[in-house]
Amino acid sequence: MTDTTGPASATQPLKLTRKDFVSDQEVRWCPGCGDYSILAQTQRVMPDFGYPRENVVFISGIGCSGRTPYYMNTYGFHSIHGRAPTLATGLKIARPDLMVWVVTGDGDALSIGGNHIVHTLRRNVDVKILLYNNRIYGLTKGQASPTSEFGKRTKSTPEGTIDQPVVPPSLALASEATFVARTIDTYAEHIKETLEAAGRHKGSAFTEVLQNCNIFNDGAWREFTDRDVRDDRMLRLKHGEPMIFGKARDRGIILDGTKPEVVELGKGVEESDLLVHDETDDMLAYILSRMFWPEYPVPIGIFRRVKKPTHHQLVAGQIELVRADKGEGVLRDLLFTSDAWETS
Amino acid sequence: MTTDTDQHSPPPIQELERVTIRFAGDSGDGMQLTGTQFTRTAAVFGNDIATLPDFPAEIRAPAGSLAGVSGFQISLSSAEIHTPGDSPDVLVAMNPAALRANVGDVPAGGAIVVNEDAFTKQNLAKAGYEANPLEDGSLNDFNVFEIPVGKLNARALEGLDMSTKQVDLTKNFFALGVMFWLFERSMDPTIKWIEKKFAARPVIAEANLRALKAGYAFGETTEIFHTSFRVKPAKLPAGTYRNITGNEAASLGFVAATKLADRELFYGSYPITPASEILHQLSTYKHFGVRTFQAEDEIAAIGSAIGAAFGGALALTASSGPGIALKGEAMGLAVMVELPLVIVNVQRAGPSTGMPTKNEQSDLLQAMYGRNGDAPLPIVAPATPAECFDCAIEASRLALKYMTPVVFLSDAFLATGSEPWRIPEPSDLPDISVPNHTDAANFQPYDRDPDTLARPWAVPGSPGMEHRIGGLESADTTGQVSYDPDNHQRMTDLRARKVAGIADDIPDLDVFGPESGDLLILGWGSTFGALRTATERLQRSGYAVAHAHMRHLNPFPRDTGDVLASYRRVLIPEINTGQLRLLIRGRFLVDAVGLNRVRGKPFPVSEVMSAARLLLDEDR
Repeated sequence: MTDTTGPASATQPLKLTRKDFVSDQEVRWCPGCGDYSILAQTQRVMPDFGYPRENVVFISGIGCSGRTPYYMNTYGFHSIHGRAPTLATGLKIARPDLMVWVVTGDGDALSIGGNHIVHTLRRNVDVKILLYNNRIYGLTKGQASPTSEFGKRTKSTPEGTIDQPVVPPSLALASEATFVARTIDTYAEHIKETLEAAGRHKGSAFTEVLQNCNIFNDGAWREFTDRDVRDDRMLRLKHGEPMIFGKARDRGIILDGTKPEVVELGKGVEESDLLVHDETDDMLAYILSRMFWPEYPVPIGIFRRVKKPTHHQLVAGQIELVRADKGEGVLRDLLFTSDAWETS
Repeated sequence: MTTDTDQHSPPPIQELERVTIRFAGDSGDGMQLTGTQFTRTAAVFGNDIATLPDFPAEIRAPAGSLAGVSGFQISLSSAEIHTPGDSPDVLVAMNPAALRANVGDVPAGGAIVVNEDAFTKQNLAKAGYEANPLEDGSLNDFNVFEIPVGKLNARALEGLDMSTKQVDLTKNFFALGVMFWLFERSMDPTIKWIEKKFAARPVIAEANLRALKAGYAFGETTEIFHTSFRVKPAKLPAGTYRNITGNEAASLGFVAATKLADRELFYGSYPITPASEILHQLSTYKHFGVRTFQAEDEIAAIGSAIGAAFGGALALTASSGPGIALKGEAMGLAVMVELPLVIVNVQRAGPSTGMPTKNEQSDLLQAMYGRNGDAPLPIVAPATPAECFDCAIEASRLALKYMTPVVFLSDAFLATGSEPWRIPEPSDLPDISVPNHTDAANFQPYDRDPDTLARPWAVPGSPGMEHRIGGLESADTTGQVSYDPDNHQRMTDLRARKVAGIADDIPDLDVFGPESGDLLILGWGSTFGALRTATERLQRSGYAVAHAHMRHLNPFPRDTGDVLASYRRVLIPEINTGQLRLLIRGRFLVDAVGLNRVRGKPFPVSEVMSAARLLLDEDR
């Protein structure tokens, strides 16, 4: 069996627009929530993939992110807490022809559903996972999440959290994810290009979207995402290009042993001395995933992108192999085995 | 065990209607294999058979210890039988621990065959014997046959390039050979099996063959046994038969169901005793398009099945009680989104990890109520290993027709026990297919079929019917999220009515015995054999006793109330503390009496009879 993932009607190019993917449901996130922007960009990139609406499925768990499927005019499933990747896996095994997205949050994906994220990624199930990370439990009104910074005071941690936060790209890389990216809710241009790359990836595509919760954790990422500082405090990863950042593009990253170091260009350091991004280098990807503000600029973009057989291709391949060996199964032969005996 | 005796000699042959043999040894001694081979041979010969494997959860408990004793009981008969027998007529004990763990079940006069080589000081101590029971007279009530299995077997295997330990591992085949001779069975099926199984390892094949033949020859040439035994073929209804366990039958049933439903089978599962065999077996049916998925946990297993059901597959997940507990939330989701799904529970003794390899029927209330909210779903329960095939198709039929999750309640005894199964012609099996919804113009996700109350199944890929479902309460018809109080009342009622309405689509209770009388014995699941046998015996003694066995536990068959009212007393034997009894009393206000045993074992017929007699006689 060949890979059946792909636009369903190649002969009739689809001319869909963002509006075709907007459902008739009123969007009910808090005014000012970062989710609005993520939703808008998701709806905007969908036509580019060429899938008819009916071949696209959005699956979510519980949390604010979980409402996304209601707003997408595609097939959708708002499942239970943390389990969206499991439904997506079963659906993709049964129906490799569909384009399947999972929308999840930091609590949904990394706490209650942590197990499923790890295993979905290591299987390379062909699903696009969007993790809206706002470092807080929003729907339950403000408890610490697995990405809350150490010491953060929340309703459930009045003296501060005593748990170390999980770094989503590090976890995804450790889980053998074939596509790992990070983007930001308010950075429209970047989120669009990242979602497009995720949607086109064949295999598990894990995208962390740094998202603001203006009610329970306002300014979650402000220190480095605000428009006036972001060029100086974030590093846009581009495959094959040296790691340069800064409004004046005057700073870069070099590697000292296994440790990255921020350097200023010009003072004895040339562009050619800088680290060059390679999406296929998983050692480098892990090092990059450990870089964070304020010690380093925060890397955004694609950490890792490699080609590996997808889970449904492997499933189909084994079925093909057995069919080639044994022929198409015949029920009567299965029931009437050679050790059967007759009575009269 | 005596009927009539042939006068020919040597050796005299005793003809028996039925005999029960128990093989017992260390869990590493290959007793399950020995039992299975004996069973296949008896089945091919045409005996009616019933088997009961009994093994410890530890794969290799310390050798020679009581904890490590593994047993396999087989009952073979020339007439139809329903149970693997209460007590063995012949016990084969490969070591002192096996003797000690089982001798209490052998009736006085029964035969005990022991491997005398294993009765060393060390092994006796491990089994907790202070004196050698072969010497201290404690076995005087039995016919004891002491055979130096280890020594004889080692001699038979002389010259083969094998270690002492490897040689020792073949002694179960020696014991099997002895039993084949004793019960006049051909060695051919086992010889063929050995040749095929060990084709790649000729030395092992040769060793096992030599051990088997040496055992047979030992029986034939020594005078240790005064008779050999003959159990004639049974007169089963005409047809083609094979021996089958419940897990095998269930697996075949689900493959058949996909063909009958014209849908692909998706099976999401996490390994757990005693359900894993279903995963093992279904994973070999890829040429039937079966897609098996070994998930990371029980929740992922059912989650994947729900996802596959959303995509239009016939979706299945299986586990045992602890795993079902983990699946509870997702089962509720399946109730809420009204997607077809079969959830198999191969019950075992609980609570918690309990006794993983031992039998119990204590998950009925979990199946009925083990979810948050009012979350009704149909429950089907096979009564015998072979019936697991039919119940798999029935569970699939109900799931597809009514767009609902269905629980299939099997248990360890059904799953691993076996019996001859009359193989059905695929053309005689029912059509259980339901079409996907295709009428986009008139599509509403929670519209309902007026008869079944099932909602339409519009699978992704169907244009014009893009819709969203989820665990939040849905508005009637449109399926939009709804917090409207009246709507929640209506949807709760609809979900209940849909399941209750299935009562019109299932057979009435199959009552064995008089239509009314003094006592109804009501049961479900794997107690069938004991209850039916007890009922037959009571009827022969002149009692007005009937037996009804429920295959549908939710909803109950329509006539259940009428049947219950037709008998003065109702006895409900269960391997739990009274779960069906609670449901029956609550629903029908019947003063049913329970017989409840949770010993990890099937009911002995004798206990059922005593409990029944107590009720019958107290009223006289």
